[in-house]
Amino acid sequence: MLRIRKAPIGVGALFILLFPWVAGRLPVIEHYPDLMVFAGIYCLVTIGMSLLMGYAGQISLGHAAFYGIGAYASGILTTHYNLNPWLCILIGSAAATAVAVFVGAPSLRLRGHYLAMATLAFGIIVNIVFREEAEWTGGPDGMGGIPGLDIFGFSFDSIHKYYYLVWIVVAIAFFFTIRLIQSPTGRALRAIHASEAAASAMGIDISRSKIVVFSFSAILASVAGSLYAHYMNFINPSTFDTLFSIKLVIMIALGGMHTIWGAVVGSVLFAFLSFEWLHQFGEYEIVVYGLVLMMVTIYLPEGLVGLPGRIAQRVRR
Amino acid sequence: METISAASQLFQFIVTGLTVGAIYAMVAIGFNIIYNVTEIINLAQGEFVMLGGLIMVFMHVTVGLPMILAFVATVLLVTLTGMLLDRLAIKPIRQPSVMTLIIATIAASIVIKGAAMLIWGKSPYDLPAFSGRTPIELGGVVIQPQYLWVIGFLAVVTIGLTLFFNRTILGKAMAACADNPDAARLVGINVQNMVLLSFALSAAIGAIAGMTLTPIALMDYDRGAMLAIKGFGAAILGGLGSFSGAVLGGLLIGLIESLGAGFLLSGYKDAYALIVLLLVLFLRPSGIMGNFEVTKFKRF
Repeated sequence: MLRIRKAPIGVGALFILLFPWVAGRLPVIEHYPDLMVFAGIYCLVTIGMSLLMGYAGQISLGHAAFYGIGAYASGILTTHYNLNPWLCILIGSAAATAVAVFVGAPSLRLRGHYLAMATLAFGIIVNIVFREEAEWTGGPDGMGGIPGLDIFGFSFDSIHKYYYLVWIVVAIAFFFTIRLIQSPTGRALRAIHASEAAASAMGIDISRSKIVVFSFSAILASVAGSLYAHYMNFINPSTFDTLFSIKLVIMIALGGMHTIWGAVVGSVLFAFLSFEWLHQFGEYEIVVYGLVLMMVTIYLPEGLVGLPGRIAQRVRR
Repeated sequence: METISAASQLFQFIVTGLTVGAIYAMVAIGFNIIYNVTEIINLAQGEFVMLGGLIMVFMHVTVGLPMILAFVATVLLVTLTGMLLDRLAIKPIRQPSVMTLIIATIAASIVIKGAAMLIWGKSPYDLPAFSGRTPIELGGVVIQPQYLWVIGFLAVVTIGLTLFFNRTILGKAMAACADNPDAARLVGINVQNMVLLSFALSAAIGAIAGMTLTPIALMDYDRGAMLAIKGFGAAILGGLGSFSGAVLGGLLIGLIESLGAGFLLSGYKDAYALIVLLLVLFLRPSGIMGNFEVTKFKRF
């Protein structure tokens, strides 16, 4: 992870660039760019979370709340106050950061399971607020009429345009994350991962580094939520419940939590699994996810991204 | 309709709060048993409660077994589930870390919940109360007989466990594992069997909580997660690992929830316990009993 190789990034970028064009020519996968919009939105959330899990060694079971904070900031501020959508995205991120510091700071100072449980509780509370404050949020029925995005008169009004918008944001987030990993904070986190005691003895402020990563992941989740709201033009609380937080963990565990690529692979795969391949299972798809998660934890702790390395190791022997 | 006096209303909320609190206390005790031996927070703990309720309904209502037989059969089945959970989802993990163990128990809870949805569907099930539903009236406060069963079972579980951990060789061996697994292994205790036993015990207690809760609040496949998080809140409030703390924490969370829903906004019923959980984490992570030091964490 120290070296970020350029070749996979190039291949990935080319794939993203050409995908809508290819999909448009094959009727069977014509609707795939729509799925890829969701995949990109999931990617944004999981990139930040994988940093938290893979580097800070902490798990959040409440990221759906940050995702929801972004979405509802966009929804409420555009429909109630007619604010510019881009400004709403900024305000949402600021709110998410504030909340992340408030929730994260005390629990990240403790060790063990505390962040997991604090974020789990926090996620449920936020979801209850979305459901109960119907005057603002539309309650369980949700809220509609959220405007789309446009810039200098150019409107992101088609699936393909939004696809490129989302994936450009993902690319920006990706590079920011790499910068963060290579920054002093990132090096500090790696040191913490190797030995917390040694890192602490070197004068690294452990909880500060963890809070930075946690807040960063909250911002990404919030932006993703805003993008979701402006794409769907409609949001309701069940999109942002604990089950979604757990699905995010599944995406990361599936792809592999020790590299950012794991988050990307896991999110794209999950989007296709849930919208396309496991669709016929309906509500029972959750059993499949549970089994997949169990298998991955036991047999594939590095996730799918770790699979080629494993196979190579076997072959060499 | 005659007006209910504020005082009797308050007592009514306290009675129901203590009853629900007793359930949370049992969930918290289940958390503590596994935590003490393994340092795992078993997020599937609530699923044991859900399974206890639903299997009891199946045994007693569907199959028609007498209450006591159904009770025993349910405890055995849920205990078996708990043991399977350890052997199938936890033990096979080769490099256990806090995170993988959390993920493993989440995966297990999803599978159990999904299986329950497949078997029982989504509708809630009722169970006849253990000794009828003729309410006892006490100075304007209505007490369902089932409330007494819940609190009685909490007392039995607490006393039974205290005796088990203090008086029996097996219980002392488990306590030794909690204290120092390496030393326990040196004196010939099979730590892995103790881990299995801890899962079995807390599954059994979860089953009891589920069976006593169902006649009061019905039971459906989706109840586990919320029960687990509130039970964890109770365990944290009382100080993670402490049994008396779990009982006190559970009763307090039940009271807060009942009074909050009664006098404040009822829509936020589920939020009160969680807000308390967050506040305790932030202000006093050692819990109100204060007998658990944060620095005591051994492995993480």
